[in-house]
Order: sequence, then structure tokens, then C-alpha cells
Amino acid sequence: MAKVEEKKASLRKDELKDVLREMLLIRRFEEKVEERFRAGELPGFLHVAIGQEACAVGVCRALGDGDVIASTHRAHGHTLAKGTHPNELMAELYGKTEGCSHGYGGSMHLYDVQHGNLGANAVVGGGLPQITGAALAFQLRGEPRVAVAFFGDGATSIGTFHEALNLAQLWKVPAVFVLEDNKWAESTPESQHSPIRDLSDRAKAFGMKSVKVDGQDVEAVYKTARQALEHARSGKGPVFMHVDCVRLHGHYIGDPQVYRNKDEARELAETRDPITLLRTKLEVSDEEFEEMDAEVTEIVEASVEFAKNGTDPAPEDALKNVYA
Amino acid sequence: MPELSYREAVRDALSQAMRQDEDVFIMGEDIAEMGGSMGVTHGMLEEFGPERVRNTPISEMALAGAAIGAAVQGMRPVAEIMYEDFMTLAAEQIVNQAAKHRYMSGGQVSVPVVFRTQGGAGWSPGAQHAQQLEAWFVHVPGLKVVFASTPEDVRGLLWSSIYDDNPVVFFEHRTLYGIKGNVPEEIEPIPLGKARVHREGEDVTVIATGRLVHESLKAAEEAEKEGISVEVVDPRTLQPLDEEALVASVKKTNRAVVAHEAVTRMGFGAEVASVLQYQAFDWLDAPIERVGAKFTPLPFAPAMEQFVIPHVDDVLQAIYRTVNRKN
Repeated sequence: MAKVEEKKASLRKDELKDVLREMLLIRRFEEKVEERFRAGELPGFLHVAIGQEACAVGVCRALGDGDVIASTHRAHGHTLAKGTHPNELMAELYGKTEGCSHGYGGSMHLYDVQHGNLGANAVVGGGLPQITGAALAFQLRGEPRVAVAFFGDGATSIGTFHEALNLAQLWKVPAVFVLEDNKWAESTPESQHSPIRDLSDRAKAFGMKSVKVDGQDVEAVYKTARQALEHARSGKGPVFMHVDCVRLHGHYIGDPQVYRNKDEARELAETRDPITLLRTKLEVSDEEFEEMDAEVTEIVEASVEFAKNGTDPAPEDALKNVYA
Repeated sequence: MPELSYREAVRDALSQAMRQDEDVFIMGEDIAEMGGSMGVTHGMLEEFGPERVRNTPISEMALAGAAIGAAVQGMRPVAEIMYEDFMTLAAEQIVNQAAKHRYMSGGQVSVPVVFRTQGGAGWSPGAQHAQQLEAWFVHVPGLKVVFASTPEDVRGLLWSSIYDDNPVVFFEHRTLYGIKGNVPEEIEPIPLGKARVHREGEDVTVIATGRLVHESLKAAEEAEKEGISVEVVDPRTLQPLDEEALVASVKKTNRAVVAHEAVTRMGFGAEVASVLQYQAFDWLDAPIERVGAKFTPLPFAPAMEQFVIPHVDDVLQAIYRTVNRKN
């Protein structure tokens, strides 16, 4: 098996500042998406991952060249973190041909195969068996690559989750299953959708190695992901990576969240925001942060301009790409 | 020309593809030591080993999905879904994932995967082991659908399906595994979307699939004794459909019967009838007749099962109805 250099175990302070900048870019991008959706400019169903940026950035930073991901309906962060340009992502949300799925996918079907993004999936758990399959292909070909699935806690109750993890462990394929445990399946709290309190226990049923990490601490996510990837890549089998994270906004843009305690949500925003946490840890001054903010805001504004000036597909383009 | 059974013809296509191409592998429930529930993959484990002849758990969603995932990475997996009825379990991955990846990605992805499955009544398996569900899958854009009825066709079509860059649902009929037929020495790929005229005739065209191709050929022989000349055409690929060949035949004979084992109502034959009436309306001398199963789940008791599914006589009666109609 060819050797692949694992990413290093920890990040330097300047690298962590870049991580902070990337998380802030995703945050500002999604806030802009919320704003443009409310302004009536964006069609479709949109789900933001505000509060969960550390998981996307921490995991994707740890990936090696050639590693692939499958994402969920809450995919903007994963997509940006895996390397898609904000212009191409925003253009997709506007339904333009310059978009990363050329206008055929939308927010819930973001693809960027060139960057190893095999697609966001609008069926909860839908991508998991295919990640097992991609990892199987890597194993059969002796390629030192890892396939990574993102999914939420709601997905741990669907059949594809159980079947895919069972098969992956049985065949010891190089896969990492990243559970973004934000404690909500749409509007249903974990206490109403899972009979067990610690979803890491799910992995035990398959005899799968399991690691748990605070998903609001991006440095910890990176380190844990790196270890999980190393384990999978070395042929020891898949890893269940349980990321304990926080969804600060609703299930979809416009969700009034009648099911959620407002005080609790406010407290989470004040105490568990991964961007604030990293900013404090790195002792980033107000001035430096504002500079960083201005820089990413400009990128986001430019992406909106790019998208608005993009090309509308011809209606009859709908007939293309049905078959290879 | 060697003679192969339909079962051996499937195995031969799989084996030859695997011999020449490392990217082809098979996976499914009980396909290794046991050789599959119908013995199709018997002996393949010994030749190709457990890496490429992969027994899976009873996990239709995972095995279908894993095949899709490997296909997106450029492999050419053939997943066996043990019984056609269990395609309903794999349907999420086939319908929502395999069929749509290329489209949703705007053309970035190809999914060269084959889902082989088998079904069919006649052995009294009851309601959950013998359904014919091709109509479910021909309705999904992005899938190709094949239903072969002879050893030669099943071999040539499976070969083409393996090397097609789209997901293909490949139906086999259980009662045909034992039938024998001559096949070319070397595999001759049969292009998807090409119908086969099994028998030429002048008075009526019978368009049939699967087991009903054979029932229709017998019906044609019976009809001939009455002086009725019957053409029997097997579309072989249901999606894409060789409309041109079917319409050409009906324009020649002016009468059509569409026959399949699946339930008649809302069946694949309804679409064929629609194509024919629209494209050959002025040529038709009689309403298009449809032959299929009655609108019930498949019963267990043999007498009931035989009553529900169509046979030679059902095709023959349909032929008579078309020719006896006054112009």
C-alpha cells in the first residue's frame, strides 16, 4: 500500500487562526444565506449549521488528499471546508450553472467530486452505505484513502445507519462515520428519538472503535479526526467518531423553533459558540477579529455578486444528465 | 455453438467480465459458498475468491448502497438482490441514490452498477417471493431496466449492463434458469434498448417479456394452426424502450397484444399500449389487448397461483380477440 502522510497531530497558533478564519467564513456565509432566503432570493429548502462549524472544519482539515466525504442536508459547512469555492457554492444556491452542482442539486445536493465531495444527501442516512462502498473500493484497490460520512443524531435511528456500519466493520473498510450529535432530529429531541443516552453506545453493537469529542472545540475535533483517519487508513477498520455539537439555529431557515426553550438556546449561543471559544483561546484582539471578519464578509459579499451574475440554466437543460 | 442454460449464461457473463476486468466484482446474500439462492454464482468463489465474490449480511440497503459507492469510485459491481420482492428494501438506494447521483451532481458522477434480481411465480412461493416489480423501476428516470428471456440474451445483455455507465436493474425470471439455448462462442454484447423479434408474423404482434415470451411463442404455434400468423417481439430492455421496433411491427400486423407476468393493472404493458396507440393509431384494426396477472397478491395454493398468473391460453385468447374483431 502506498504511503500517505497523515496530517500532523496538532496545529500551530497561526494555523489555528486560519481555522478561526475558515469557521468565521462559514458562519458569515450561512448568515448571508439566511438573509437572502428571507429576502426571497433563494429557492428550495435550506438548512444552516450555525454552531456546528468546528466539526466541519476540524474534520476536513484532518483529511488527506484523496479522502472523500458524503454530507447531509446541512451541508454548506462541509462543502466549504472540503474546498469548494464560496462563489460556486453560492451560485448553486441561486440555481446557476456556475454552481458546484451546476444548478441540478441545490443546498441539499451539493457535489464537488474534484474536491472529494461525493455529495450531500437529502435522505437522512442515505449516504452512509455508499461511504462503506467507496471505502470498499479503496480497500480492494489497495489505495490508502479513507471515506468519511457525516450524519446527525437523527440518522442513528434509520436502517441505512445500522446496515452501513455493520457492513463496514464486518469488512474492516477504511471509513470514518462522523456523528454530528446536535441533539435534535429536526424538532424532535434526542430523548424522544433514541432509547440510549450516549449515542457512542451505538458503535458497540458493531464492535466498532469509537471516539468522542467536544464538537465546539475545533482543535480537539481536528486531533480526534486525525487519529480516527490514521486508524482507518492503517487497515484496522472503520471508526465511529461521536462529535458532541450544538445547533444554534432552527432545523430550516424560518423554523420558529416552537419546540425549543429560548433561554437554553440563548445560553448555548453565549457559552458554546465554537468561534467565540477559539477566539478566546487564541486571545485574538478585537481589532484582529474585526479585520478577519471584514475579510471573510467581503468574500461572502463577492460570492453573492458572483451568484447573482451567474448563468440561469435553460429550462430544457433539465433533460440533460439523466443518463451517462 | 455451445449450449448453455439461462443460469449458466448469467454465470458466464459474470465470470468472463471478472476474468478480464479487476474492477468487476459481485456481492450479495449467500452468493459465495452456496452459489446464490438459485445457484447462479455456483463455483465463482473458488475461481475468484472471497474478495470479489462477497457474501453480505441480510442488508439490502447496505449492499445496494455499497455497490453504488464502489461504482462511483469507478468499479463495476454487480449486486445480487436475492428475490425481486427484496428490491423494495434496496429501493431507497436504487431509486433515490443510484438513479439520481449523476443528475443531482450536474453530470459529475457516473454510477456503473448492476442490480441483478430474480422473481416470478410458478413454484408457489407465495406473496413475498415471486412478485414481478419491473413497473416500479421503469418509472424512475436515471435507471436502465433489462428483462432477458433466453440464455443468449441474458448473457449478452448482462455483459452490456456491466459495461454501461448507468445503474441497471437486471431482472431474471426464476422459471427460466433451467432452459437451454445456443449461445455464440464468444460473448456478443447486446446493446441495451434493442428489441428482438423472436418470430415473424403478419396478423398480430405479441409484445412479451420474461416467461411470457415463451408462453407467447407457444400461443403463436397454436394460433398458426388456426391460420393466424403471429409475430412475437421481446423488448428485452424495458428502459430505454425500443419503441421504433415495436411500432414497426404493429404497423405491419395492425394488431397488438402486450403480455407480461406482472399484474396487468398499471403494469409495464400499459405504457407499451400507450406508445402503440399514439404512434400507430391509424394502423390499428383492434384495441390493444393486455395480458398479465390478476390484481391480487400472489396466493400460495398452486391452483390459486395458476389462476392468477397468465399462461399460453391467456395469450391465445387475447390473440383471438384482436383478430375476431370486425374492422
